This record gives sequence, structure tokens and C-alpha cells, in this order.
Amino acid sequence: MTKLDSKIPEGNLKDKWTNYLNSMNLVSPANKKKLDIIVVGTGIAGAPAAASLAQLGYNVKVFCYQDSSRRAHSVAAQGGINAAKNYPNDGDSIYRLFYDMIKGGDYRARESNVYRAAEVSNEVIDQLTAQGVPFAREYGGTLSNRSFGGVQVSRTFYARGQTGQQVLLGSYSALKRMISEGKVKMYARRQMLEIVTVDGHARGIITRNLVTGETERHSAHAVILATGGYGTIYYLSTLAINSNGSAAWSAYKKGAFFANPSFIQIHPTCIPQLNDYQSKLTLMSESLRNDGRIWVPKEKDDKRPGNDIPEDERDYYLERRYPAFGNLVPRDVASRAAKERCDAGYGVGDTGQAVFLDFKHALEKQGKDVIEDKYGNLFEMYETITGESPYERPMRIYPAGHYTMGGLWVDYELQTTIPGLFAIGEANFSDHGANRLGASSLMQGATDGYFIIPNTISNYLSDKIRTGKVATDTKEFDEAEKEAKERLEKLLNVNGTQTASSFHKRLGKILWEYAGMARNEEGLKKALTMVKDLKNEFWKDVKVPGTSAEFNQELEKAVRIASAFELSQLLIKDALSRKESCGAHYREEYVTEDGEAKRNDEEYMYVSAWEYQGEDKEPKLHKEELKFEFVEVKQRSYK
Amino acid sequence: MKVKLKIWRQANAKAKGQFKNYELDDIQDEMSFLEMLDALNSKLIKEGENPVAFENDCREGICGTCGLFINGRPHGPGEQIATCQLHMRLFKDGETIVIEPWRAGGFPIIKDLVTDRNAYDKIMQAGGFVSVNIGGTPDSNAVLISKEHADEAMDAASCIGCGACAAICKNSSAMLFIAAKVSQLALLPQGKVEASKRAKRMVAVMDELGFGNCSNTGACEAECPKGISLAHIARLNREFLKANIKS
Repeated sequence: MTKLDSKIPEGNLKDKWTNYLNSMNLVSPANKKKLDIIVVGTGIAGAPAAASLAQLGYNVKVFCYQDSSRRAHSVAAQGGINAAKNYPNDGDSIYRLFYDMIKGGDYRARESNVYRAAEVSNEVIDQLTAQGVPFAREYGGTLSNRSFGGVQVSRTFYARGQTGQQVLLGSYSALKRMISEGKVKMYARRQMLEIVTVDGHARGIITRNLVTGETERHSAHAVILATGGYGTIYYLSTLAINSNGSAAWSAYKKGAFFANPSFIQIHPTCIPQLNDYQSKLTLMSESLRNDGRIWVPKEKDDKRPGNDIPEDERDYYLERRYPAFGNLVPRDVASRAAKERCDAGYGVGDTGQAVFLDFKHALEKQGKDVIEDKYGNLFEMYETITGESPYERPMRIYPAGHYTMGGLWVDYELQTTIPGLFAIGEANFSDHGANRLGASSLMQGATDGYFIIPNTISNYLSDKIRTGKVATDTKEFDEAEKEAKERLEKLLNVNGTQTASSFHKRLGKILWEYAGMARNEEGLKKALTMVKDLKNEFWKDVKVPGTSAEFNQELEKAVRIASAFELSQLLIKDALSRKESCGAHYREEYVTEDGEAKRNDEEYMYVSAWEYQGEDKEPKLHKEELKFEFVEVKQRSYK
Repeated sequence: MKVKLKIWRQANAKAKGQFKNYELDDIQDEMSFLEMLDALNSKLIKEGENPVAFENDCREGICGTCGLFINGRPHGPGEQIATCQLHMRLFKDGETIVIEPWRAGGFPIIKDLVTDRNAYDKIMQAGGFVSVNIGGTPDSNAVLISKEHADEAMDAASCIGCGACAAICKNSSAMLFIAAKVSQLALLPQGKVEASKRAKRMVAVMDELGFGNCSNTGACEAECPKGISLAHIARLNREFLKANIKS
């Protein structure tokens, strides 16, 4: 396939999804029983997709690497989930939500997909409420909303600082119900190793049972990847330790195009790194920026504790530079501003790699009870890690790797370039362009899973009703399993001296320095060589103890890191090829006079979709030109 | 600081396990407990030994994957935190730290410190949901819910399913885990319809899976990383009683 067909339906923006639903092919209830679907991943996209498809009557098999589907990393989303309900009567609408996401993504997302997500968002909130998700309520009993970065309305629904947990558990409960009714078969503790294609169509997967070590074959008429993002590529990130992009990567190597791999969100408000042995960085929800004020001292190298610095010696730099949005600018803008201040010597704390997030004014104005009700668990979390109370001293925060806007390229139906292989949630590239707005990842995952994929997949499956069961004793499955097993043995046989984690850490440092918040051609080229060298060293000197026929966590890690090297190279190549700054992709060569990201719409208003050409061969770049028919493309400004 | 570790090692579900001793120097206060174990494992791998198997994922206390019995307490000496949120500053220089897996009838050991908690999923499958279909639900503001009820439901719903409650209970009872879900859904109009049926089904499956009964000692509440209150067990008991009276 050389040409990308995004399959955008005809018609006015607001009619596209309705038109699609009215004209897509359906599968009758009797025929759904004859069709099998595999879902990999059980987060906020995978769990509802599996539950919805099972409810419709398909035979569904679900896979996750965790011991239980309730632990997918969506569980850690804190701040909220967006919808265009306009309950606060503050002028919100589906169009405005759509517009904010397009603008927030710096005009690098596909209009039709984003509009659909906004359109379906309201139904998601109703669904979750019906499942018993305890969203925050006003005293009168109606749902409560709050505001998030990059917008001027309050459209975020939340459950304290644990919205992801509650939204995921609601979806988990729907999935459990379908499992109890025998409509879904659950496979926990499985690592996906390969996609199996038959005649160019996705027809199954090879997994490794993480308890016994056995490789297994599973077939289906369609495969859905809901495997999340690859933010752990930086080693230190806000993600779960085991989150990874290896499933999406194996799809790429089987022919699925990978889109915008360099678009990675660096989240502005995380607890800073304290030491070299640190294994992860903890996010502090963006919702804190509703009431917390970000500042650094006006003087360089001012090492006084925050409370000792008087008001007139503080620089509330976001409020100063962006008066319209203040502390609620989008994440990419807030992250870069923090980096700029720290690089210029105004950073605080021992390392100088931190800025203050201060609740002094909010506490004085609103009282401790109100602040505790809103952010109590986040403040506790901060205190547990740092030993300091945000009620008494300003928090110290710094940006950290968080979310990957990039992912598998999908069309309007969420189908990859491999027919029968779909990607939903963070695993695809679809809705966030070059920067994601807060509380829109739960929204996108849930809309994909609950209401989009259950419809679009039937358009693909409608002519598969006479296919019959897909056999697993075929040469395609033989080959895929052989390939997977050989890779495991190859890793075990290196028998070198360094742990897989130590390689991961070194890889993360290279990427953070040269392909993180700020990038330039020289650094990216250097990083490419460094990653290549590190990859060679890995295959010569990694030490993976034990065997493949047992519970072996080091082998699991090594599999993930082996693919991270390859994905890193594509990420860097993508960053090199995009000679503009947009959203989270900030090339130091392409900036405005006052240091903001400078897009080049003439040459780069496209989605980069990379096609695998074989080991050690240059990947091929395909461009999906983006057309903006329903918004005016402007220089993004939050001033 | 230096620590002495006494860790349960067991090759697989069938093998006989035993404690093994290890020593680590150069442990720092700010390290998390799991980072200390990472350091141990990288040392063991370099020395050609098998690393200690232990589970963890989010490392921020919300996914419920980690769960170690440390010095006789689930999740160790901190108050209302999961193992991954425990930091070495809570231990003394030279201290001996005993690390074991969960020990409860319902949680068989897979390897070293890793247990199989699939039983909790099975209990959820028995009724830990509202039987609502996907699609066609009413507007979220159509049913008003008082802030008090929503907040209390949220308290119960914050359970992370780690298994500490059953691990510390002398009867290995999973009552607090069940109560959290039953109580959350019974407090909300959406879940009220099936409340007593749900309680009965979940308790029945708990019994089948080898968990004991509740004798109100309150150890579960004391050790729960999310501070889930015993009051939810009282609500579970009321729903359970209602179900039995009805039948």
C-alpha cells in the first residue's frame, strides 16, 4: 500500500459520523456469533471495546500483561475526562471542544476524527455514570466540572484526583459482566509477541504466557490493539514500569504504518527527579493548576526556601507571559516555559531542575477544607514521596515524559494499514495532533472503545461471515511463532554482563537529552548514532538470566527494550524530518522571535506515516496531507 | 545506610520455599522500597544469581499490583500507602527487613514474592457491576445524587484490589474487598436495584474460593492502603441479610 486512504466520510463536519453510521455495512446478530475478535490491552480503550463487542454478540478474547485487567495504566489518570455537556452554562459546545483540541494539537490532527470524539464524548459520561462511577457532585446532586489547561470553559468531569481509576473500574466492571456471561474469554499475564497475518489480513497473535513461559497461538477475524503508548522510552516517565510500545512495534514490522512517532507529550507538573537510581517520575495532576500558581525567584540562583522569598521577588512567569490563560496554558507551553526558566538559571531546589507550584493564595482564599476536598489525595501523594507538605510549603515540580500522541496510523474507521488490524486509544495517533489537552486521553480512549470501534469494525467484518473459524495450524502461525521463539532464545543466549534495565536507563538518557523537550538537527543526528551503538552493545552484552520456559521478568523486560531501541530510531528520524516546531515537537531552529513554536504549514501540514522496509533499511515516509475545512488555521496564541 | 534482607524464595508454585539472606550497602533514604529491590536484583544478576521475582507496575499507589508483606505488615511500616510508595527513610541503618509474599488461602504463590490474585477477579465477576448495557443510558443529570452519598461511594470505590485485607486477616477473609464494591454501588441509585443480590453472590463466591469469614477484628481496615472503613462491611452485612430474608 503506497497511498493513505483516511476514508473520511462526505458531508458537513457535524454530519460525517451520522452519515457513516447510516451507510456502513452491518453484521446480523446471527452472524456475529460466527466471528471472533481479539482485543489486546484492557485500559480505557480496550476494556470497553471488549465489553461492547461482546454485548453485540461477537466472540471476544482479551489479553493483558498484568495479573488483572483492572491494573492497566489508565488507572493512574488523575485529573478528569472531558465532555461537551455544557452543564456549567459557560458557552461550551461540541464544536468548541473540537476546536480546542485542534488548536491545542497545533493543527496536526485530522478534523473528522477529532469532531467525532467530541460528538461522542457526552454519551461516554452518561454511560460511566450509569455504571456507577462516582463522579464529583454539587450539593444539589448534579455533576460537578472543573477547568483544564488550554481551554476557557469548565468541561472536565472528575472523581477526586482518581478519575482514571474510577473510569477504568467502571469499564472493568462492564468487562467482568461480559466475562461472567461467558461472552468474553480473558487471558491475563500474556505478553503479545507477534501479529499473524494471512493473505495480508490480521488473523491472530502469538502470545507468551508469563507464568508458564509457553508461547501460544490465538486466531480471530480481526485484531484490535489497545496497548497504550510508549512514553517509557525515556526510562523515567510518568508511566507504569511495564507500559511499553512493543505490541504496536510488532504491528509496524508486519506492515502497519507508524504515525508521528516524535510527537510525545512532556507533562509539566511532575515530582522532579531526586537521584540517579530513581525508577519513575510521579505525575501531579494538571488540575492543580486551577488553584496553584507557578513561579520561580526573580533573582538567579536564589536558594532560599520558597516561603522565605517575598511576594515582590517572585516571578509568576506563566501569568506574566500568557495573561489570557495564565497558569492554565497547554502542557507543551507550560513544560517549555519551565525548562526555559531552569536553563536560564532560575530553577529551584538542590538540582535547579524544578519550579514552584504554590497553593498559598488558594489556601488563604478558599480555606484548607476546600483545597483538601479538591486535591487531598494529590497532596498526600506528594508528601509521601518528598516528605514535604504542600499545605505548608510550595510544591516543586518539573516536566516528565508522559503521553505519546504518535502511534499506529489509522483511518477514520480506526483501521491500520493492515486490513483487519485496528488500533484504539493511545496506541493510535488519531486525535491529539502534536499536543494533547488535559483530560482528553480518557475521553479519546473511552469514545474509541465504547462507541466507535464497535460500529466501524462491522464494516470490515460484514464480508467475513462465510470465512469460518481461522485455523492456527497453518504455515503463517508456524512462522510467526518460530520468529517469536527465536527472538526469545536470541536474547537469552547473549549471556553478557549488563542488565536489561541498565540499557533502558542509558537509552532514556540519550532520548531525554536530544529528543525530549527541545530538539535540533545536530543533537538528533548524534542521538541516532548513539542509539545505534547502544543497540549493538545490547545485543552483544545484555544479561538475561533464567530460561524462556518459566516465569521470567527479566526476559519480559528484554523483549520490550529490544523493540524500544528500534522505535527510538524511528522517533529520531521523524523528529529530524519535521523541520518545523509544532506542539510538543520543538525544534530549536524553528522558533518565533519570542521563543514560541513556529509551524511551517506550507511544507509540514501532514501526518508522517512511516512504512517498515526491513531490518537496517531506511523506513519509507508517507504523508497524509491535512485539510482544515472547518477551522481557520492560525498561529496558536495563549497570550 | 545498610540493610539486611530476609526474603522468601520459592522457584515455582510447587517448589518448597525458604527464606534467604542478603545484604545491601549504600542504600539511600530517598530510595523507594522497590528501588531498593531493583538494586538488589541488579546485583544478583551480575553475580549470576536469579533475581527476586516481585510484582509492581504504576509505582504510584493506584494500580494495586505491588503487595509485599514487610516485617509482618502488608505494604510495610507506612500508613495508608501501597508497597511502591514506601520509602527507605522509614527504616533504620542496619535493620533486618523480612519480606514475604501475601499468605492467604485464596492467593497461591507463583514464584518468590508473586502471588496469584485471580480470586479477586472471580469475586468481581460474581456481581461487582451494575447490569447496564452499553448505549442508550439516560443523561447523567437525570438522576440527582447527594454529595454526601457520592463522596461516601467514592471512599469505598478507592479500593485498589491489592489483597492486603485478606493477607492480614487471621481468617483470610476478603470481606473488606467485597464490602467496598457492594457499598459503593448500594450508595448510588444506579446500583441499588441489584444491591442485595450482588452481596449474596459475591460472598458465596468468596466462600467457594477458600477465603474465610469476617470476625470483626478490624485488621483489614488498619492495613488497607486506601483506608477503606469497616463501616462498609456493616453495609454489606445489611444487604446480605436483606437478600437472605427475601429468599
